[in-house]
Amino acid sequence: MREAELRRDFFGAHSGSSPAHGSPPTPITSLYLGGGTPSVLTPPQWEQLFEALYRLFPIASDAEVTLEANPDDLDADRLAALRQTPVNRLSIGIQSFRDQDLSWMNRAHNTAQARTCLDLAAAAGFRHVNADLIYGSPGLDDAAWMANLQQLFTANPDHISAYALTVETGTALAHFVRQGKSPNTDDEQASRQFQQMEVAMAEAGYVHYEISNFCRPGAFARHNTSYWTGEPYLGLGPAAHSFIGNHRSWNVSHNIKYVTQIEAGLLPSESEQLSPADQLNESLMTGLRTTWGVDLEALQVRFGERAFAAVASLAQPWLDGGQLALRDGHWFLTASGRFFADRIASDLFLVEEDAALVEMGSEGAAKPVLNMERTRFWECKG
Amino acid sequence: MKHIRNFCIIAHIDHGKSTLADRLLESTKTVSDRNMQAQVLDNMDLERERGITIKSHAIQMVHMHEGQQYVFNLIDTPGHVDFSYEVSRSIAACEGALLLVDATQGIQAQTISNLYLAIEHNLEIIPIVNKIDMDGAMIEEVKDQIVDLIGCKHESIIEASGKTGLGVPDIFRAIIERIPSPSGDTEAPLQALIFDSVFNSYRGVIAYFRVFNGVMKKGDWVKFVNTGNSYEADEVGVLKMDLDPRPELRAGDVGYIITGIKQSKEIKVGDTITLRSNPCEKAIEGFVDVKPMVFAGLYPIENEDYEDLRDSLEKLQLNDASLVFEPETSLALGFGFRCGFLGLLHLEIVQERLDREYEMPVITTVPNVSYVAYKRNGEKLNIHNPSDFPDPAALERVDEPYIRAQIITSPEFVGAIMKLCMDRRGTLLNQVYLTPTRVELSFDLPLAEIVFDFYDKLKSLSRGYASFDYELIDYRSGDLVKLDILLNGEKVDALSALIHRNNAEDFGRRLCKKLRELVPRQQFVIAIQAAIGAKIVARETISAMRKDVTAKCYGGDISRKRKLLEKQKKGKKRMRQIGSVEVPQQAFLAVLKMNE
Ligand SMILES: Nc1nc2c(ncn2[C@@H]2O[C@H](COP(=O)(O)OP(=O)(O)OP(=O)(O)O)[C@@H](O)[C@H]2O)c(=O)[nH]1
Ligand SMILES: [Mg+2]
Repeated sequence: MREAELRRDFFGAHSGSSPAHGSPPTPITSLYLGGGTPSVLTPPQWEQLFEALYRLFPIASDAEVTLEANPDDLDADRLAALRQTPVNRLSIGIQSFRDQDLSWMNRAHNTAQARTCLDLAAAAGFRHVNADLIYGSPGLDDAAWMANLQQLFTANPDHISAYALTVETGTALAHFVRQGKSPNTDDEQASRQFQQMEVAMAEAGYVHYEISNFCRPGAFARHNTSYWTGEPYLGLGPAAHSFIGNHRSWNVSHNIKYVTQIEAGLLPSESEQLSPADQLNESLMTGLRTTWGVDLEALQVRFGERAFAAVASLAQPWLDGGQLALRDGHWFLTASGRFFADRIASDLFLVEEDAALVEMGSEGAAKPVLNMERTRFWECKG
Repeated sequence: MKHIRNFCIIAHIDHGKSTLADRLLESTKTVSDRNMQAQVLDNMDLERERGITIKSHAIQMVHMHEGQQYVFNLIDTPGHVDFSYEVSRSIAACEGALLLVDATQGIQAQTISNLYLAIEHNLEIIPIVNKIDMDGAMIEEVKDQIVDLIGCKHESIIEASGKTGLGVPDIFRAIIERIPSPSGDTEAPLQALIFDSVFNSYRGVIAYFRVFNGVMKKGDWVKFVNTGNSYEADEVGVLKMDLDPRPELRAGDVGYIITGIKQSKEIKVGDTITLRSNPCEKAIEGFVDVKPMVFAGLYPIENEDYEDLRDSLEKLQLNDASLVFEPETSLALGFGFRCGFLGLLHLEIVQERLDREYEMPVITTVPNVSYVAYKRNGEKLNIHNPSDFPDPAALERVDEPYIRAQIITSPEFVGAIMKLCMDRRGTLLNQVYLTPTRVELSFDLPLAEIVFDFYDKLKSLSRGYASFDYELIDYRSGDLVKLDILLNGEKVDALSALIHRNNAEDFGRRLCKKLRELVPRQQFVIAIQAAIGAKIVARETISAMRKDVTAKCYGGDISRKRKLLEKQKKGKKRMRQIGSVEVPQQAFLAVLKMNE
């Protein structure tokens, strides 16, 4: 009961936080319910949540409404109940189909749940499903990684996000690695498995559209791409991020702090104003991670000639080295360049005194440097 | 003038000068209890962090003795050999010196060197056995050593402890009774010797001086004899814990003057101050020029900061008269300065002070000593920089500086020390037992061999029980070669070194190894080579950069990732381009870090 109480409060806090944020421009085309907690709400609580969201925000009728969930959260009953809500897309944290990987990653679910949840979701009528997979983890040899991918292909989700395991500083894993209790990640293994994955995905008919995202043709996640195209988005709940224009804010990640603040009628969020150079650097960083690359004309118009010239000269060595390619007025990462996405992006950044070269064009922030309507360069041969 | 005493405290490093100064300041109430702290005169952050004195520090005290008030001008001096120029200038402002000897250590190299400096200037020496509170104190033995050294009476040696304050009244009595009051003529034209100075960003240059003759008043027009410039004395005063303005200073006094000079070039330590209206006939003899022992190039991190670096060096030079520099250029590092230092510690301190006091971090090239090259065509060149080394084909011979080193240690370490010196191309001249537990070894050694890590090695193999002192003796011919470092075939002039042929290969190998650690992987394979002329003597390879692990990048990750990549970019911008290879600044310090 106490748990229910808490949940109701938690969920009350959600609704309460919304007006304070102010509404992004209409209509909203994507809703994303993250963090795992929503997947254990009861049907009446779901109803309350959506009632509040639709009341407070102008949500498009064909909006993509994604729920993030773990395999152990999804049984037939719960899925059936979810079908009654506006949720029309599931993002499931499968990670692996091997028990040893799952227990090493400290996941609550097991192989059997990983396998059945996808079938159950399809049976319940969810046509849009994303599955998360992790590669490059210790003990996952190349054959096991391929087996994981093949297993996933049989369930035929229309979207796959695959990440290389990274040991982030400050996490328990990093601590264990430092103490030698856990093996460290092997970059060679990760890049080899990335390469295998690109081939296997293409054979299975998935489009590689962002460094770690693949989908059936046309099934790009609206939610994910909005992060890379600079569209406004609104995040609700602890640790959620929101973005509009050149302003990014994020809620505190501490649940209790979040709830107490909300209850006191305060917005538990911090924010930053992106400088022109920050916006340029982010455009480069996110654009290069996608198959659409970076639109050079848009870059010039939005950030000015001088900034463009500076970035272009920084790009030259990578173009010469074949990691970066120029086609139809776009820069994009080549197959070999995709291994160095971060390094190349960092190299093109304008920082310190060079940041002053950026002069925002009059057409302003509206024109995205990343254009999804354009050619998908990663599929081009040669 | 009868009641003024000017004296300095001199000793080997760590024998307790600054701590004894604390006790003198305390008993004269020069420092309030609230402001008292251990080694209160060591007021530079660097001095406090390292627990050593770097700068001489002058301070005035007032002491009552038998109903009479005395003015004491005390100068605490550093003990480390690299700062001996500080001692020699302080001595010129004094009539007496307290010579401290640590009762547990006995006479050591700098005890002797600094004593000789004081005797040359006819200072009255008051010998003191210090730290007698310690368990290992060998009071009688050390007194015997002192008697042997200066030929004084056994009874004239004061027993003291800077820790407990024991002996302080005896010291005061000795200062009054034994050190002569300054002589000088207040009626004569003004003659004051500048022995130190400092740049203050609000007040400009502050010069510290000792008046030998005449009187200097606030508002006087003073003239600096060597530079020929005249200025109005905006403020004169004496040195307490802070500057203490006075209407005038008279013959025998030690004090400061502020004239509003902002340009460091306009003032020179060692110059004489006189009055424009009534100048003295001749300048007081200044200080002998410093002879730098070690040279290195200092370069600004950002090329455009070159002029700021010059300005910072000029300001630092005001407060460090032993620093010399001249402009030079490097292919790898651009415009910078070749600087001369008294030793490696001095180099390190200069670097640190530039960074802290002037916010001017620098890149330092491989330090070297100065050589004399004789070419076949009869030309003679002084080489302060490896890049000036002539083509071996045109070279007749090269001479390098030699030192005579005195090492005093206990017999158990003699074997290890001999081996170290032999490895460093030394020749043993003499071995004398001073006492059954103390041996003095004399060696001739090439100076170049002690520039790198000699002290550290000596200290560690003798567990600290070895003192080391040296003097430059002459230049001798040596089989020296220029060792170059190449990155993908491109010579890095800032990493070139002049070195004895027998050591070149090993040095090259170690340097290549260290560079391999310090240069990050890049898009391509990097070959690091060490070469003598066209001959490659060592090689290391840095394989091409590792592939990035591609992590996810959604809403919350974007800012974090952008900031991380911006940081990487900033680090990269600080790197220097050598051919196609990007080299971080630490790589240029590789030589100094070779043993880490
Ligand atoms: N037991 C004891 N320790 C002392 C005494 N005098 C100094 N020390 C200690 O010896 C160390 C060196 O003292 P300092 O006064 O800094 O020596 P110094 O001669 O000024 O050193 P430099 O200026 O660097 O040459 C410190 O740790 C002091 O605490 C003493 O009389 N007795
Ligand atoms: Mg001291």
